[in-house]
Amino acid sequence: MKQYDIIVIGGGPAGYGAALYAARGGWSVLVIEKMSVGGQMTLTHTIDNYPGFDQGIDGWELGERMQKNAHRFGAETLYATVLSAQLAGEDKQIVTDGEILHAKAVILATGAEPRLLGLPNEQTWSGRGVHYCAHCDGRFYQNKTVAVVGGGNSAVTDALYLSHLASKVYLIHRRDALRADRVYQQRLDQQQNLEILWNTTVEELLAEEQLTGVRLQSTLDGTSSVLSCDGLFVSIGRKPITEFLDSQLALNEQGYIIADESTRTSLDGVFAAGDVRTKDLRQVVTAVADGAVAAHQAGEYLTR
Amino acid sequence: MSVLKLNQSNFHEVESADKRVLLDFYADWCGPCRMVSPLVDEIAKEHPEFLVGKINVDDEPALAARFGVMSIPTLVVLENGKVVAQSAGARPKAQILALLQG
Repeated sequence: MKQYDIIVIGGGPAGYGAALYAARGGWSVLVIEKMSVGGQMTLTHTIDNYPGFDQGIDGWELGERMQKNAHRFGAETLYATVLSAQLAGEDKQIVTDGEILHAKAVILATGAEPRLLGLPNEQTWSGRGVHYCAHCDGRFYQNKTVAVVGGGNSAVTDALYLSHLASKVYLIHRRDALRADRVYQQRLDQQQNLEILWNTTVEELLAEEQLTGVRLQSTLDGTSSVLSCDGLFVSIGRKPITEFLDSQLALNEQGYIIADESTRTSLDGVFAAGDVRTKDLRQVVTAVADGAVAAHQAGEYLTR
Repeated sequence: MSVLKLNQSNFHEVESADKRVLLDFYADWCGPCRMVSPLVDEIAKEHPEFLVGKINVDDEPALAARFGVMSIPTLVVLENGKVVAQSAGARPKAQILALLQG
């Protein structure tokens, strides 16, 4: 039976922040990561707002360094997918795709992933017309027509980025005003090949061999229309990775784990750190801070 | 085995291979590609029964177009030169192996 003092689920900045503090505090610590270290940081080329790196740092490298930092004090990493967890009581069990692990305390640092539109054939066309990373896939749409769905900063920066590659970019937004910062809105106005479709939602993906367009609906009068496009970039925010918890913990309406700055959740000995927790500012630096607090709280719980 | 760096001129090596082939279409600037890349390296090392190659889509747009790659990373499995599986997006190692072992 594999037993740890603390199991951390998720190998991003919150997870390795927690692992560093917990391991340095003398506890046995295992981080379980499903894919690769760094979490969402690895999707950012240069992180310019993590203090101490005055020239910025590559998100990938920062993730690796956080892992090494935690490993230096004895934390371990297991690459596996967590299928379910039994978090109530003193013996907490984590079921991965390979084994069952036991911990006295658990720190949930699973983060978030892109939110999907939720349309029936979305998975089918994912990567073949429907995309979630403009910087990764934008180059395949040089001189083509694309649409971006969303109205926040990331949707607008995606639309601006794509407007330099594609011949025409539509920004589809369900409201009559953007949530994005004003600095971006001015740049949108200046871009000749960019058009905003206000009060509009995407109702259907139209495709044959690949995506040919989308069926749109007006939120004002419900009228439906078809927009021809070669690619659709979805940028409608993120969703926390909490489904595997199976309602054992108190979550808010969006699925985030309810916990205050103490990172304590509704279950004893279970802590939530980073983007998965209800909080105002989701950044690398706040994730790392959550990790440290969660490790401290877990230590308090274990010595109680 | 080591990972082959594939281009137009050496691509025939994987087409005529008598093993199953895993292709990883990537670009240096793509975050999710960097998640997948070390996993593909491990698979190459641990599974000599497969041939593993990487294709930089910036350097080899024709190969990317030939496999209809419109998203990176894209993983393609070949058998006797024919595509038997194809999947876009980063995924855990176990899923990549499942795709490959099909």
